[in-house]
Amino acid sequence: MSDVSNQNKGPIARFLAAPPDSVGKTVFIAVSLCLVASMIVSAVSVALRPMQEQNKLKDKQANVLQVAGLYEDGMDVIEGFSVFEPQVLELATGTFTDQFDPATFDDRAAAADPELSARLTDDPAGIGRQAKFVTVYLLRNNDGSLDKVILPIHGYGLWSTLYGFIALEENGNDIFGLQFYDHGETPGLGAEIDNPRWKALWNGKRLSDDDGTLQITVAKAAPPAGAEHHVDALAGATLTSVGVDNLVRFWMGEAGFAPFLENLKAGEI
Amino acid sequence: MAQTKRDLLIDPLVDNNPITLQVLGICSALAVTSSLQVAFVMALAVTAVTGFSSMFISVLRNQIPGSIRIIVQMVIIASLVIIVDQVLKAYAYDVSKTLSVFVGLIITNCIVMGRAEAFAMKNPPIDSFIDGVGNGLGYGALLLVVGSIRELFGAGSLFGVSILPTVNNGGWYVPNGMLLLPPSAFFIIGLLIWAVRAWKPEQVEEREYKIQVVEGH
Repeated sequence: MSDVSNQNKGPIARFLAAPPDSVGKTVFIAVSLCLVASMIVSAVSVALRPMQEQNKLKDKQANVLQVAGLYEDGMDVIEGFSVFEPQVLELATGTFTDQFDPATFDDRAAAADPELSARLTDDPAGIGRQAKFVTVYLLRNNDGSLDKVILPIHGYGLWSTLYGFIALEENGNDIFGLQFYDHGETPGLGAEIDNPRWKALWNGKRLSDDDGTLQITVAKAAPPAGAEHHVDALAGATLTSVGVDNLVRFWMGEAGFAPFLENLKAGEI
Repeated sequence: MAQTKRDLLIDPLVDNNPITLQVLGICSALAVTSSLQVAFVMALAVTAVTGFSSMFISVLRNQIPGSIRIIVQMVIIASLVIIVDQVLKAYAYDVSKTLSVFVGLIITNCIVMGRAEAFAMKNPPIDSFIDGVGNGLGYGALLLVVGSIRELFGAGSLFGVSILPTVNNGGWYVPNGMLLLPPSAFFIIGLLIWAVRAWKPEQVEEREYKIQVVEGH
């Protein structure tokens, strides 16, 4: 933007001395300004991209750690995260696939890719397209037996799509924790889904009853199935609560992780 | 203009505050003041954008063709806003997550355009920069006042630190949920404008109408 100050003579100086409103100058200013501005913007964007992606990854990993109850303030997230075993899961069969590398597989990109996703006809979670493959994280005990599985879930709340994780115990039925890492709900109302007290309500709840029927629900009053399947809805955030209810039931149901959970219960994972 | 550089910086804080006197930039003031941390970062971002956009526009002011001057201003402002957004995403990821779309909306903030058009097009770069920063700070000062009221009484905390322990967290304070919704900022800004004009009556605009006095019959 310093092309204004220049020598006194020559074509450039003559051009600068021309009245700003001449057609030539108007076009010149418009084009050169756009070029300079776009170059600066793209340079900044390219230069900062690696850092931004690192931040996003760290944020997601910190959330996986939190939902598994392993997060401590100030810990090294990348190092702490290495205890997890990431796997790409094929939802329909409930088995792991080695078609993709779990380290680089992008769930959100997959959900938008026509090859890797399908449009939902029955869509209570309001997500539109569902990926056929998702990344799940396994946490193993020292002896190699399964301790917890961390499953990604998402769905529409009141204003925004909520992205989160649910952590299940090795029996595939007991909930250890649930947490959202990305949402745009109203601060103080819907955003209370981030409240540690509310998140703590999920601990120890059970997805299905003894007959294997999915019973978990987020509601004002406890359902007939009993309190162990009930998480109290948030006061003042009815639609967000309904959204969470829908998305948890969707992802834990047949269209979601049910086949995987069956395999888990059968001890095949 | 007999304004010193100090006046350029200090004036917009109270005497010529872009929100309370000029009533500009209200829309974003409603949106970003529900928590103090967000308001603070937004204030910094707007200050940076108004300062630098005024400076660059002022550098180019003698070359900008009148017919496309608004577009030229917008291109400069928009580029700066994108840069601010990218920097926030890289260095303050958590805050940029909460600010989300509002950083982008600085482009539409009337204060930035207002200073570019009213001041930077007619004044040298350094003065324009100071004027831009001053107006950004004036906007920021009001955001912080509104933000502290809303966060303290709406969520019982300041900068996320619990001051009044809320019932939800086992305390005694029942938060006023309305304060977290955008309309409450309208009331608060309205009351602040009232307070500032009661303190400095010279800010009160003259009436555009006159009540007629009927004398006798």
